[in-house]
Amino acid sequence: MRYSIFSLARGALSRHQNWPLAWRSPAPKKRYDAVIIGGGGHGLATAYYLAKEHGITNVAVLEKGWLGGGNTGRNTTIVRSNYHLEPNAHFYEFSLKLWERLSQELNFNVMYSARGVLNLVHSPADMDTAMRRGNAMRLNGIDAKFLSRDEIAAWIPNLDCAPDARFPIAGGLLQPRGGTVRHDAVAWGYARAADSLGVDIIQQCEVTGIRIDGGAVTGVETSQGFIATPKLGIAVAGHSSHVAAMAGIRLPIESHVLQAMVSEPVKPILDTVVTSGAVHFYISQSDKGELVMGGDLDFYNSYAQRGNLPIIEHVVAACLALFPSFGRLRLMRTWGGIMDMTVDGSPIIAKLPVDGLYMTGGWCYGGFKATPASGYLHAHTIAHDAPHPLNAAFTLERFAEGRMIDENGAGPYAWAH
Amino acid sequence: MMLIPCPWCGPRNQVEFTYGGDATVKRPADDAPESAWFDYVYLRDNPRGPHDELWLHSAGCRSWFKLRRDTRTHDIIASARIDQDLPGPVR
Repeated sequence: MRYSIFSLARGALSRHQNWPLAWRSPAPKKRYDAVIIGGGGHGLATAYYLAKEHGITNVAVLEKGWLGGGNTGRNTTIVRSNYHLEPNAHFYEFSLKLWERLSQELNFNVMYSARGVLNLVHSPADMDTAMRRGNAMRLNGIDAKFLSRDEIAAWIPNLDCAPDARFPIAGGLLQPRGGTVRHDAVAWGYARAADSLGVDIIQQCEVTGIRIDGGAVTGVETSQGFIATPKLGIAVAGHSSHVAAMAGIRLPIESHVLQAMVSEPVKPILDTVVTSGAVHFYISQSDKGELVMGGDLDFYNSYAQRGNLPIIEHVVAACLALFPSFGRLRLMRTWGGIMDMTVDGSPIIAKLPVDGLYMTGGWCYGGFKATPASGYLHAHTIAHDAPHPLNAAFTLERFAEGRMIDENGAGPYAWAH
Repeated sequence: MMLIPCPWCGPRNQVEFTYGGDATVKRPADDAPESAWFDYVYLRDNPRGPHDELWLHSAGCRSWFKLRRDTRTHDIIASARIDQDLPGPVR
Protein backbone atom coordinates (compact mmCIF):
# COMPACT_ATOMS: atom_id res chain seq x y z
CA MET A 1 0.00 0.00 0.00
CA ARG A 2 1.33 3.39 -0.99
CA TYR A 3 1.12 6.12 1.69
CA SER A 4 -0.44 9.35 0.44
CA ILE A 5 -3.02 11.99 1.31
CA PHE A 6 -5.64 9.62 -0.11
CA SER A 7 -4.55 6.64 2.00
CA LEU A 8 -4.60 8.95 5.01
CA ALA A 9 -8.16 10.06 4.19
CA ARG A 10 -9.26 6.44 3.70
CA GLY A 11 -7.64 5.55 7.02
CA ALA A 12 -9.47 8.41 8.73
CA LEU A 13 -12.83 7.16 7.42
CA SER A 14 -12.30 3.86 9.25
CA ARG A 15 -10.95 5.65 12.36
CA HIS A 16 -7.44 4.41 11.55
CA GLN A 17 -8.43 0.87 12.62
CA ASN A 18 -7.59 -0.89 9.34
CA TRP A 19 -4.04 0.11 8.42
CA PRO A 20 -2.18 -2.92 7.01
CA LEU A 21 1.03 -4.04 8.70
CA ALA A 22 4.03 -2.22 7.25
CA TRP A 23 5.98 -5.47 6.76
CA ARG A 24 5.41 -9.22 7.08
CA SER A 25 6.99 -11.48 9.73
CA PRO A 26 7.64 -14.65 7.72
CA ALA A 27 9.26 -17.86 8.92
CA PRO A 28 12.74 -18.23 7.43
CA LYS A 29 13.07 -20.20 4.18
CA LYS A 30 15.67 -22.97 3.87
CA ARG A 31 17.72 -21.00 1.37
CA TYR A 32 18.22 -17.42 0.15
CA ASP A 33 20.31 -15.85 -2.60
CA ALA A 34 21.69 -13.44 -0.01
CA VAL A 35 21.40 -13.13 3.78
CA ILE A 36 22.12 -9.96 5.74
CA ILE A 37 22.96 -10.22 9.44
CA GLY A 38 21.61 -7.24 11.36
CA GLY A 39 18.19 -5.57 11.13
CA GLY A 40 19.30 -2.04 11.82
CA GLY A 41 19.39 0.79 9.30
CA HIS A 42 22.48 -0.54 7.51
CA GLY A 43 21.24 -4.13 7.15
CA LEU A 44 17.74 -3.11 6.05
CA ALA A 45 19.16 -0.55 3.60
CA THR A 46 21.48 -3.22 2.17
CA ALA A 47 18.52 -5.55 1.59
CA TYR A 48 16.45 -2.75 0.06
CA TYR A 49 19.16 -1.74 -2.43
CA LEU A 50 19.93 -5.39 -3.28
CA ALA A 51 16.29 -5.74 -4.33
CA LYS A 52 15.82 -2.28 -5.84
CA GLU A 53 19.13 -1.68 -7.65
CA HIS A 54 20.29 -5.22 -8.38
CA GLY A 55 17.07 -7.26 -8.70
CA ILE A 56 18.16 -9.68 -5.97
CA THR A 57 14.90 -10.14 -4.08
CA ASN A 58 15.31 -13.61 -2.51
CA VAL A 59 16.98 -11.99 0.51
CA ALA A 60 16.60 -12.38 4.27
CA VAL A 61 17.54 -9.89 6.98
CA LEU A 62 18.24 -11.66 10.29
CA GLU A 63 17.86 -9.61 13.47
CA LYS A 64 18.54 -11.05 16.92
CA GLY A 65 16.30 -8.52 18.66
CA TRP A 66 13.87 -6.08 17.07
CA LEU A 67 14.28 -3.76 14.08
CA GLY A 68 16.37 -0.70 14.79
CA GLY A 69 16.85 -1.71 18.44
CA GLY A 70 20.61 -1.23 18.37
CA ASN A 71 22.52 1.83 17.26
CA THR A 72 19.83 2.89 14.77
CA GLY A 73 17.66 3.87 17.74
CA ARG A 74 20.51 5.09 19.95
CA ASN A 75 22.29 7.76 17.90
CA THR A 76 21.74 11.53 18.04
CA THR A 77 20.10 11.60 14.55
CA ILE A 78 22.63 13.99 12.99
CA VAL A 79 23.48 13.81 9.27
CA ARG A 80 26.34 15.72 7.62
CA SER A 81 29.20 15.33 5.14
CA ASN A 82 31.76 17.82 6.48
CA TYR A 83 34.81 15.60 6.04
CA HIS A 84 38.29 16.53 4.92
CA LEU A 85 39.79 13.39 3.33
CA GLU A 86 38.59 12.52 -0.17
CA PRO A 87 37.23 8.98 0.40
CA ASN A 88 35.22 10.17 3.42
CA ALA A 89 34.06 13.39 1.72
CA HIS A 90 32.76 11.63 -1.39
CA PHE A 91 31.21 8.80 0.60
CA TYR A 92 29.37 10.98 3.13
CA GLU A 93 28.28 13.46 0.46
CA PHE A 94 26.77 10.57 -1.52
CA SER A 95 24.99 9.58 1.69
CA LEU A 96 23.69 13.12 2.30
CA LYS A 97 22.34 13.24 -1.27
CA LEU A 98 20.46 10.00 -0.58
CA TRP A 99 19.12 11.47 2.69
CA GLU A 100 17.80 14.53 0.85
CA ARG A 101 15.30 12.48 -1.11
CA LEU A 102 14.94 9.39 1.05
CA SER A 103 11.35 10.14 2.10
CA GLN A 104 10.28 10.15 -1.58
CA GLU A 105 12.44 7.11 -2.38
CA LEU A 106 10.91 5.02 0.43
CA ASN A 107 7.41 6.59 0.45
CA PHE A 108 7.98 7.00 4.19
CA ASN A 109 8.55 10.28 6.01
CA VAL A 110 12.01 10.11 7.58
CA MET A 111 11.73 13.78 8.58
CA TYR A 112 15.05 14.97 7.09
CA SER A 113 15.55 18.47 8.43
CA ALA A 114 18.32 20.54 6.78
CA ARG A 115 18.79 22.72 9.84
CA GLY A 116 22.57 22.98 9.39
CA VAL A 117 25.49 21.60 11.36
CA LEU A 118 27.73 24.25 12.92
CA ASN A 119 31.23 23.37 14.15
CA LEU A 120 32.37 26.06 16.60
CA VAL A 121 35.98 27.19 16.61
CA HIS A 122 37.61 28.63 19.71
CA SER A 123 41.13 29.70 18.77
CA PRO A 124 43.18 30.86 15.76
CA ALA A 125 44.62 27.35 15.35
CA ASP A 126 41.10 25.89 15.53
CA MET A 127 40.03 28.42 12.88
CA ASP A 128 42.88 27.47 10.51
CA THR A 129 41.90 23.80 10.77
CA ALA A 130 38.22 24.55 10.16
CA MET A 131 39.01 26.83 7.19
CA ARG A 132 41.22 24.14 5.69
CA ARG A 133 38.46 21.55 6.07
CA GLY A 134 35.85 23.97 4.73
CA ASN A 135 37.98 24.69 1.66
CA ALA A 136 38.57 20.97 1.11
CA MET A 137 34.81 20.40 1.30
CA ARG A 138 34.10 23.14 -1.26
CA LEU A 139 36.73 21.71 -3.61
CA ASN A 140 34.86 18.41 -3.33
CA GLY A 141 31.57 20.10 -4.21
CA ILE A 142 30.17 20.07 -0.64
CA ASP A 143 28.48 23.12 0.87
CA ALA A 144 30.50 24.86 3.59
CA LYS A 145 30.32 28.37 4.94
CA PHE A 146 32.45 30.15 7.51
CA LEU A 147 30.53 32.26 10.02
CA SER A 148 32.01 35.02 12.18
CA ARG A 149 31.37 35.21 15.89
CA ASP A 150 28.90 38.07 15.35
CA GLU A 151 26.90 36.12 12.76
CA ILE A 152 26.72 33.16 15.16
CA ALA A 153 25.70 35.39 18.10
CA ALA A 154 22.86 36.91 16.04
CA TRP A 155 21.65 33.48 14.88
CA ILE A 156 21.91 31.52 18.16
CA PRO A 157 21.12 33.93 21.02
CA ASN A 158 21.40 31.27 23.74
CA LEU A 159 25.01 30.50 22.87
CA ASP A 160 27.52 32.30 25.10
CA CYS A 161 29.53 34.31 22.55
CA ALA A 162 30.98 36.75 25.09
CA PRO A 163 34.75 37.34 24.87
CA ASP A 164 35.16 36.20 28.47
CA ALA A 165 33.18 32.96 28.02
CA ARG A 166 34.76 29.80 29.42
CA PHE A 167 35.42 28.65 25.81
CA PRO A 168 35.41 31.90 23.78
CA ILE A 169 33.90 31.45 20.32
CA ALA A 170 35.96 32.75 17.41
CA GLY A 171 33.63 31.65 14.62
CA GLY A 172 32.26 28.47 13.12
CA LEU A 173 32.15 26.25 10.07
CA LEU A 174 28.60 25.63 8.90
CA GLN A 175 27.33 22.94 6.59
CA PRO A 176 23.83 24.24 5.74
CA ARG A 177 22.57 20.95 4.22
CA GLY A 178 23.53 19.00 7.32
CA GLY A 179 20.83 18.44 9.90
CA THR A 180 18.79 15.69 11.50
CA VAL A 181 16.67 12.70 10.44
CA ARG A 182 14.12 10.79 12.54
CA HIS A 183 16.21 7.66 13.21
CA ASP A 184 13.49 5.09 13.94
CA ALA A 185 11.71 6.07 10.73
CA VAL A 186 14.84 5.14 8.78
CA ALA A 187 14.68 1.52 10.00
CA TRP A 188 10.92 1.34 9.50
CA GLY A 189 11.01 3.02 6.07
CA TYR A 190 13.73 0.71 4.74
CA ALA A 191 12.03 -2.34 6.30
CA ARG A 192 8.69 -1.53 4.68
CA ALA A 193 10.25 -0.75 1.30
CA ALA A 194 12.46 -3.87 1.33
CA ASP A 195 9.55 -6.07 2.41
CA SER A 196 7.38 -4.76 -0.43
CA LEU A 197 10.12 -5.86 -2.87
CA GLY A 198 10.05 -9.41 -1.44
CA VAL A 199 12.76 -9.29 1.25
CA ASP A 200 12.06 -11.50 4.31
CA ILE A 201 12.70 -9.65 7.57
CA ILE A 202 13.16 -12.17 10.38
CA GLN A 203 13.32 -10.80 13.90
CA GLN A 204 14.25 -12.73 17.07
CA CYS A 205 16.69 -14.73 14.93
CA GLU A 206 20.23 -14.69 16.30
CA VAL A 207 23.12 -15.87 14.15
CA THR A 208 25.23 -18.32 16.16
CA GLY A 209 27.64 -19.53 13.51
CA ILE A 210 28.82 -19.10 9.92
CA ARG A 211 29.22 -22.28 7.87
CA ILE A 212 32.15 -22.23 5.44
CA ASP A 213 33.04 -24.98 2.99
CA GLY A 214 36.18 -24.87 0.84
CA GLY A 215 36.81 -21.22 1.65
CA ALA A 216 33.29 -20.11 0.68
CA VAL A 217 30.23 -19.26 2.74
CA THR A 218 27.46 -21.86 2.55
CA GLY A 219 25.07 -20.51 5.17
CA VAL A 220 24.43 -19.42 8.74
CA GLU A 221 23.46 -21.28 11.90
CA THR A 222 20.75 -19.36 13.69
CA SER A 223 18.45 -19.67 16.70
CA GLN A 224 15.77 -20.62 14.12
CA GLY A 225 17.88 -23.29 12.40
CA PHE A 226 20.33 -23.43 9.50
CA ILE A 227 19.77 -21.06 6.56
CA ALA A 228 21.71 -21.73 3.36
CA THR A 229 23.08 -18.84 1.30
CA PRO A 230 26.04 -18.25 -1.02
CA LYS A 231 26.29 -14.53 -0.08
CA LEU A 232 26.37 -13.27 3.48
CA GLY A 233 26.55 -9.59 4.49
CA ILE A 234 27.44 -8.54 8.04
CA ALA A 235 25.85 -5.24 9.17
CA VAL A 236 26.16 -5.46 12.95
CA ALA A 237 28.40 -2.50 13.84
CA GLY A 238 29.25 -2.59 17.53
CA HIS A 239 29.49 -6.37 17.34
CA SER A 240 31.42 -6.82 14.05
CA SER A 241 34.38 -8.48 15.80
CA HIS A 242 32.06 -11.02 17.41
CA VAL A 243 30.35 -12.01 14.13
CA ALA A 244 33.51 -11.90 12.00
CA ALA A 245 35.15 -14.24 14.52
CA MET A 246 32.51 -16.84 13.58
CA ALA A 247 34.25 -16.92 10.18
CA GLY A 248 37.70 -16.98 11.79
CA ILE A 249 38.44 -13.33 10.92
CA ARG A 250 40.07 -10.89 13.35
CA LEU A 251 39.32 -7.23 12.73
CA PRO A 252 41.23 -4.02 13.49
CA ILE A 253 38.30 -2.96 15.67
CA GLU A 254 37.53 -2.44 19.35
CA SER A 255 34.01 -2.02 20.73
CA HIS A 256 33.52 1.07 22.87
CA VAL A 257 30.49 2.65 24.51
CA LEU A 258 29.32 6.10 23.39
CA GLN A 259 26.72 7.86 25.51
CA ALA A 260 23.98 10.30 24.60
CA MET A 261 21.36 12.05 26.68
CA VAL A 262 18.29 14.25 26.46
CA SER A 263 16.85 17.04 28.58
CA GLU A 264 13.19 17.41 29.39
CA PRO A 265 11.24 18.72 26.36
CA VAL A 266 10.90 22.47 25.94
CA LYS A 267 9.51 24.82 23.29
CA PRO A 268 11.71 25.55 20.23
CA ILE A 269 14.96 27.08 21.48
CA LEU A 270 17.70 25.78 19.13
CA ASP A 271 17.09 25.46 15.37
CA THR A 272 20.42 23.99 14.27
CA VAL A 273 23.02 21.43 15.35
CA VAL A 274 25.88 22.97 17.35
CA THR A 275 29.13 21.08 17.90
CA SER A 276 32.45 21.94 19.48
CA GLY A 277 35.50 19.80 18.82
CA ALA A 278 37.45 21.64 21.51
CA VAL A 279 35.17 20.36 24.28
CA HIS A 280 33.91 17.39 22.24
CA PHE A 281 30.24 18.20 22.56
CA TYR A 282 27.25 18.34 20.24
CA ILE A 283 23.65 19.38 20.75
CA SER A 284 20.42 19.73 18.81
CA GLN A 285 16.74 19.92 19.66
CA SER A 286 14.48 17.04 18.69
CA ASP A 287 11.04 17.59 17.19
CA LYS A 288 9.62 16.51 20.56
CA GLY A 289 11.50 19.43 22.15
CA GLU A 290 14.20 17.53 24.03
CA LEU A 291 17.75 18.84 23.80
CA VAL A 292 19.78 15.89 22.51
CA MET A 293 23.43 15.88 23.61
CA GLY A 294 26.49 13.74 23.30
CA GLY A 295 30.24 13.83 23.67
CA ASP A 296 33.20 11.50 23.93
CA LEU A 297 33.52 7.77 24.23
CA ASP A 298 33.90 6.35 27.73
CA PHE A 299 37.41 5.25 26.56
CA TYR A 300 37.44 1.59 27.55
CA ASN A 301 36.26 -1.56 25.72
CA SER A 302 32.58 -2.15 26.37
CA TYR A 303 29.58 -4.07 25.05
CA ALA A 304 27.37 -2.85 27.91
CA GLN A 305 25.11 -0.32 26.08
CA ARG A 306 25.46 1.90 29.13
CA GLY A 307 28.28 4.13 30.25
CA ASN A 308 29.51 5.76 33.40
CA LEU A 309 28.94 9.11 35.11
CA PRO A 310 32.22 10.98 34.38
CA ILE A 311 31.34 11.35 30.68
CA ILE A 312 27.79 12.48 31.47
CA GLU A 313 29.24 15.10 33.81
CA HIS A 314 31.69 16.18 31.08
CA VAL A 315 28.94 16.52 28.46
CA VAL A 316 26.67 18.49 30.77
CA ALA A 317 29.56 20.75 31.85
CA ALA A 318 30.38 21.45 28.19
CA CYS A 319 26.71 22.17 27.51
CA LEU A 320 26.50 24.69 30.35
CA ALA A 321 29.76 26.38 29.34
CA LEU A 322 28.34 27.01 25.85
CA PHE A 323 24.65 27.46 26.74
CA PRO A 324 24.45 28.76 30.32
CA SER A 325 20.66 29.17 30.17
CA PHE A 326 20.20 25.40 29.71
CA GLY A 327 21.23 25.00 33.36
CA ARG A 328 17.56 25.38 34.30
CA LEU A 329 16.65 22.17 32.45
CA ARG A 330 16.59 18.70 33.94
CA LEU A 331 18.31 15.77 32.28
CA MET A 332 15.64 13.23 31.43
CA ARG A 333 17.38 10.16 29.99
CA THR A 334 20.86 8.86 29.24
CA TRP A 335 21.83 5.76 27.29
CA GLY A 336 24.76 4.17 25.52
CA GLY A 337 25.44 2.49 22.19
CA ILE A 338 28.31 0.23 21.19
CA MET A 339 30.66 1.64 18.55
CA ASP A 340 32.91 -0.38 16.26
CA MET A 341 36.03 1.76 16.69
CA THR A 342 38.52 1.08 13.90
CA VAL A 343 42.18 1.92 14.28
CA ASP A 344 42.02 4.72 11.68
CA GLY A 345 38.55 6.09 12.49
CA SER A 346 37.08 5.15 9.09
CA PRO A 347 34.65 2.37 8.19
CA ILE A 348 35.07 -0.98 6.42
CA ILE A 349 32.61 -1.69 3.56
CA ALA A 350 34.22 -4.56 1.78
CA LYS A 351 34.60 -8.17 0.75
CA LEU A 352 36.14 -10.23 3.53
CA PRO A 353 38.81 -12.92 2.97
CA VAL A 354 36.17 -15.69 2.72
CA ASP A 355 34.29 -16.10 -0.59
CA GLY A 356 30.74 -14.81 -0.37
CA LEU A 357 31.33 -12.91 2.89
CA TYR A 358 30.97 -9.12 3.06
CA MET A 359 30.68 -6.51 5.77
CA THR A 360 29.72 -2.94 6.46
CA GLY A 361 31.01 -1.88 9.85
CA GLY A 362 33.70 -0.08 11.75
CA TRP A 363 31.49 3.00 11.88
CA CYS A 364 33.07 4.70 14.88
CA TYR A 365 30.87 7.75 15.57
CA GLY A 366 29.67 8.00 11.97
CA GLY A 367 27.24 5.18 11.44
CA PHE A 368 23.84 6.83 11.41
CA LYS A 369 24.58 9.50 8.80
CA ALA A 370 26.17 6.81 6.63
CA THR A 371 23.10 4.54 6.63
CA PRO A 372 21.80 5.03 3.05
CA ALA A 373 25.23 5.05 1.39
CA SER A 374 26.46 2.14 3.50
CA GLY A 375 23.46 0.06 2.43
CA TYR A 376 23.76 1.15 -1.20
CA LEU A 377 27.48 0.35 -1.46
CA HIS A 378 27.32 -2.83 0.65
CA ALA A 379 24.57 -4.06 -1.71
CA HIS A 380 26.69 -3.13 -4.75
CA THR A 381 29.69 -4.99 -3.30
CA ILE A 382 27.56 -8.09 -2.59
CA ALA A 383 25.82 -8.05 -6.00
CA HIS A 384 29.02 -7.55 -8.04
CA ASP A 385 31.44 -9.31 -5.68
CA ALA A 386 33.51 -6.13 -6.10
CA PRO A 387 33.39 -2.67 -4.54
CA HIS A 388 31.83 0.44 -6.05
CA PRO A 389 34.34 3.30 -6.65
CA LEU A 390 32.84 5.11 -3.61
CA ASN A 391 33.77 2.31 -1.19
CA ALA A 392 36.89 1.03 -2.97
CA ALA A 393 39.10 2.69 -0.33
CA PHE A 394 37.23 1.25 2.66
CA THR A 395 38.83 -2.18 2.49
CA LEU A 396 39.95 -4.46 5.31
CA GLU A 397 43.35 -4.77 3.62
CA ARG A 398 44.13 -1.04 3.86
CA PHE A 399 45.51 -1.46 7.39
CA ALA A 400 48.14 -3.99 6.29
CA GLU A 401 48.90 -1.95 3.16
CA GLY A 402 49.42 1.30 5.05
CA ARG A 403 46.54 3.08 3.28
CA MET A 404 44.88 4.47 6.40
CA ILE A 405 42.02 6.92 6.08
CA ASP A 406 42.81 8.74 9.29
CA GLU A 407 40.73 11.93 9.46
CA ASN A 408 42.24 12.91 12.83
CA GLY A 409 45.80 11.76 12.19
CA ALA A 410 45.49 10.09 15.58
CA GLY A 411 47.40 6.84 15.12
CA PRO A 412 46.46 3.23 15.68
CA TYR A 413 44.47 3.47 18.92
CA ALA A 414 40.84 2.60 18.40
CA TRP A 415 39.63 4.95 21.14
CA ALA A 416 41.68 7.91 19.81
CA HIS A 417 39.36 8.59 16.86
CA MET B 1 30.91 4.45 38.13
CA MET B 2 33.79 2.02 38.24
CA LEU B 3 35.87 1.53 41.39
CA ILE B 4 39.21 0.36 40.03
CA PRO B 5 41.57 -1.58 42.34
CA CYS B 6 45.07 -0.21 41.77
CA PRO B 7 47.49 -2.93 42.98
CA TRP B 8 49.56 -0.23 44.71
CA CYS B 9 46.94 2.22 46.02
CA GLY B 10 43.78 0.13 46.48
CA PRO B 11 40.29 0.92 45.13
CA ARG B 12 40.02 4.36 43.54
CA ASN B 13 37.50 6.30 41.41
CA GLN B 14 37.82 5.60 37.67
CA VAL B 15 38.46 9.29 36.93
CA GLU B 16 41.99 8.83 38.32
CA PHE B 17 42.83 6.31 35.59
CA THR B 18 43.74 6.29 31.89
CA TYR B 19 42.93 3.32 29.66
CA GLY B 20 45.76 1.54 27.85
CA GLY B 21 44.04 -1.16 25.81
CA ASP B 22 44.40 -4.92 25.43
CA ALA B 23 47.06 -6.34 27.78
CA THR B 24 47.41 -9.64 25.94
CA VAL B 25 49.11 -8.32 22.79
CA LYS B 26 52.84 -9.00 22.82
CA ARG B 27 55.43 -6.94 20.99
CA PRO B 28 57.07 -9.18 18.37
CA ALA B 29 60.81 -9.64 17.98
CA ASP B 30 62.54 -6.89 15.97
CA ASP B 31 63.14 -9.31 13.08
CA ALA B 32 59.63 -10.80 13.14
CA PRO B 33 57.80 -10.83 9.78
CA GLU B 34 55.66 -7.85 8.83
CA SER B 35 52.48 -9.88 9.37
CA ALA B 36 53.39 -10.35 13.05
CA TRP B 37 53.81 -6.57 13.41
CA PHE B 38 50.49 -5.99 11.64
CA ASP B 39 48.76 -8.32 14.11
CA TYR B 40 50.41 -6.59 17.05
CA VAL B 41 49.63 -3.01 15.99
CA TYR B 42 46.15 -3.40 14.50
CA LEU B 43 44.29 -6.65 15.21
CA ARG B 44 42.41 -7.22 18.47
CA ASP B 45 40.26 -10.08 19.81
CA ASN B 46 37.81 -7.49 21.19
CA PRO B 47 36.08 -10.07 23.43
CA ARG B 48 32.50 -9.82 24.64
CA GLY B 49 33.15 -10.87 28.25
CA PRO B 50 36.32 -10.91 30.41
CA HIS B 51 39.01 -8.66 28.91
CA ASP B 52 42.58 -8.34 30.17
CA GLU B 53 43.61 -4.73 29.78
CA LEU B 54 46.21 -2.15 30.78
CA TRP B 55 45.36 0.87 32.90
CA LEU B 56 47.53 3.75 34.13
CA HIS B 57 46.87 5.27 37.55
CA SER B 58 47.57 8.66 36.00
CA ALA B 59 46.23 10.83 38.85
CA GLY B 60 47.67 8.54 41.53
CA CYS B 61 50.86 6.49 41.69
CA ARG B 62 51.39 6.79 37.90
CA SER B 63 51.95 3.03 37.57
CA TRP B 64 50.71 0.85 34.72
CA PHE B 65 48.93 -2.33 35.83
CA LYS B 66 46.69 -5.11 34.49
CA LEU B 67 42.95 -5.31 35.02
CA ARG B 68 40.52 -8.09 34.07
CA ARG B 69 37.09 -6.54 33.44
CA ASP B 70 33.89 -7.92 31.90
CA THR B 71 33.07 -5.81 28.85
CA ARG B 72 29.36 -6.80 29.02
CA THR B 73 28.80 -5.57 32.58
CA HIS B 74 31.89 -3.45 33.50
CA ASP B 75 32.34 -5.80 36.50
CA ILE B 76 35.96 -5.87 37.64
CA ILE B 77 37.27 -9.39 38.16
CA ALA B 78 40.90 -8.92 39.19
CA SER B 79 43.91 -6.63 39.00
CA ALA B 80 47.64 -7.35 39.03
CA ARG B 81 50.95 -5.52 38.97
CA ILE B 82 52.41 -5.05 35.51
CA ASP B 83 55.13 -7.66 36.21
CA GLN B 84 52.63 -10.24 37.49
CA ASP B 85 49.99 -12.38 35.77
CA LEU B 86 46.30 -11.98 36.39
CA PRO B 87 44.93 -15.00 38.31
CA GLY B 88 43.38 -17.91 36.47
CA PRO B 89 43.83 -19.03 32.88
CA VAL B 90 45.16 -16.44 30.47
CA ARG B 91 42.71 -16.15 27.63
